[in-house]
Amino acid sequence: MITIHHLPLAVRLDEIPVVSVEEAFACINQYLRVGQSRHVFHMVALPHTDGHRVITVLADDHTHSVSLTSCIVRTGNPVPSLTPSNAQMHIFERDLWERYGLEFTDHPWCKPVRFPVDSFHRKGIDDYPFFRLEGGESHEVGVGPIHAGVIEPGHFRFQCTGEDVVHLEIKLGYQHRDVEGELERARTLQRRSVLAESIAGDTTIGHAWAHAMAIEVLTEQQCDPITEHERVIALELERMAIHVGDLGALSLDVAWQLGSSYFGALRTPLINFFQLWCGNRFGKGLIRPGRNRFPLDEERRKAMRLMLAQFEKKFTLLANEMFSLPSVVARFEGTGVVTHDQVAAIGAVGMSARMSGLGRDIRRSHPHGSYRALDHVSVIEHGGDVLARAAVRRREVDASMRRIRIVLNELSEMSGSDAPTVPSTFTPNTLAISAVEAWRGEVVHVAVTDQDGQIQAYRIKDPSMHNWFALALAVRNNEISDFPICNKSFDLSYCGHDL
Amino acid sequence: MLQSLKILATTGRQTIPDVTTATLPKSYRGRPVISDTTCATDCTMCKDHCPTTAIAITDHHVSLDLGACVLCGECADVCPEQKITFTNDHQLATNDRSALIIAEGNVSGISFDPNLVRSEITSTFGSSLKLRQVSAGGCNACELELNACGNVNFDMGRFGIEFVASPRHADGIVITGPISLNMSEANQICYDAIPHPKIIILTGACAITGGIFANSPALQRAYVDTHHVDLYVPGCPPHPLTFINGILTMIRSRRT
Repeated sequence: MITIHHLPLAVRLDEIPVVSVEEAFACINQYLRVGQSRHVFHMVALPHTDGHRVITVLADDHTHSVSLTSCIVRTGNPVPSLTPSNAQMHIFERDLWERYGLEFTDHPWCKPVRFPVDSFHRKGIDDYPFFRLEGGESHEVGVGPIHAGVIEPGHFRFQCTGEDVVHLEIKLGYQHRDVEGELERARTLQRRSVLAESIAGDTTIGHAWAHAMAIEVLTEQQCDPITEHERVIALELERMAIHVGDLGALSLDVAWQLGSSYFGALRTPLINFFQLWCGNRFGKGLIRPGRNRFPLDEERRKAMRLMLAQFEKKFTLLANEMFSLPSVVARFEGTGVVTHDQVAAIGAVGMSARMSGLGRDIRRSHPHGSYRALDHVSVIEHGGDVLARAAVRRREVDASMRRIRIVLNELSEMSGSDAPTVPSTFTPNTLAISAVEAWRGEVVHVAVTDQDGQIQAYRIKDPSMHNWFALALAVRNNEISDFPICNKSFDLSYCGHDL
Repeated sequence: MLQSLKILATTGRQTIPDVTTATLPKSYRGRPVISDTTCATDCTMCKDHCPTTAIAITDHHVSLDLGACVLCGECADVCPEQKITFTNDHQLATNDRSALIIAEGNVSGISFDPNLVRSEITSTFGSSLKLRQVSAGGCNACELELNACGNVNFDMGRFGIEFVASPRHADGIVITGPISLNMSEANQICYDAIPHPKIIILTGACAITGGIFANSPALQRAYVDTHHVDLYVPGCPPHPLTFINGILTMIRSRRT
């Protein structure tokens, strides 16, 4: 295993050890056995003469490091699965099975992930082996892919007894448009950047930043501190806007009209600030490798301070009311509980981990850019229920506001340098990893170059890859009518998962 | 109750009084304008740097297809002649696909052709329009803006325009996203379930041309090629004002 401190990182492909399947298996198991401070970042397979070279990327929160190992898995040669001993590996192994046809001898849940266009098995999206509950009292409820509201598509299959959910299985893949393939085929930085901004529109900044960092390390460019600081502001503003919008959506689901309308209105000045800053309400067009296209100049910083001051007053008043209204709190409390042990076992990340006492946060564990000097303190709740997820959102809005103000003040005293020119060919035979703590959790991008310095593989992990399973666990033994608030309290990404 | 009233008192008036005349700040990247100044010989910078294939150059004349444009503004950044600029005009929706092709020297807004509006649209949907939205590979930005259309700021509901849960209750379909292969069948089933007369609205560059994903092998866009589209709402994502004004223009239009 090769261990590297500090993200983003670039490592030559021949520096990553290639060991036997058995050795890699033992090594990963031993690494993860240490406990909750460690989890899997990503698994990437590259074509190899005999099959595939599978590279596993593991993260250690305590030592702020990332470790990599790899092995050659030969085609048609089944290998043991890591999932029985580490449930968090399930989605990555399923991806390898679905995309490349890697066979596992003992994977307990080897099912399609997203029905990609380059699938090895060439299965249509209707061909999914749902788990079924049978017996006199049981019944099945299918919802989607199209849902009642204006949201993305996904299919939810509930196995119920009476009103209670025994099991929920989530079939995704409807949003698959081959973003990774398009990123591999893209030949200009402009096209790559716009693609990165289209991975998940609600995480435009998170993915754009992760992409920019991956390209920056592949071209050995360093951004100046002003650029890094501005990106912190953009990322925290995106977090605030989504959290406020979701508090409104949660209010709607428990029929609290005032909260629904007013939180919705409070989101507007936040995203309108993006519009003032960079011409787009989601921050599209702002972040490019090596630079930000629109400076946060003194005039805009002043406008931002004013906007935040007005926002804070109203938000505090409304949030205080929300968390003291018995009719709201009673519906949130004890609903959709995912325990600490469960989130740790499934490898949940970001706010889906922090709501149940697991402090997973890239800003603290693997800080990048300006976060290295910011000494981030994570917001952690312990309830694991809808109330805890709402409370994390509320407290993170406050924390992000404080963070933005500090960075705004620091920006006033900084002077910039010219942005570097980013070349369009990259360091050859290299693997780059970047990670950003977006509002849902860690966004991880892995870019691999070939001998000509072109991208041969671009792999994206949205935090939703880990966290969809948390939603399935949350609704167990809850009434099916509580599904909407459980779903909204996580607000996971379909397009970020389906890619 | 008292606390709720106190909170209400702090809100002030949130709703934009007249969406048809509302303007956006200068920084908003809306309708592009291409001047008719002469380009340097064989310069193709704008076309080469366009992340989609929105820009065409024929006989040294530049044109831009707003149906494919993601309004990133990269072309304006790289043009050595400052030939391309982006205005803050958000009135971009039209029922005429050819009106989305912006030619050199075209400084007037995107035109809408009232004679192309089917008569059953104005006679049936003039004061009430219920829509079923389908996200078919959308990145969620379009969906968030469509939701924002109904919030207290834009309040699309005051015009009788609403999104409904079932296609059976809808008068039309609003499609976002490039229409992924995996979503194409569900999209068709949803459209078929809507009673006649029904309209089709394509929202966002992805829906209109495939946008940034136009060449992806994971799409199935036969639906767009085989159905009559009543309204194109360009943008990435379209601003709520673009969407609302597009629909209002369509349902209020009168043939000349």
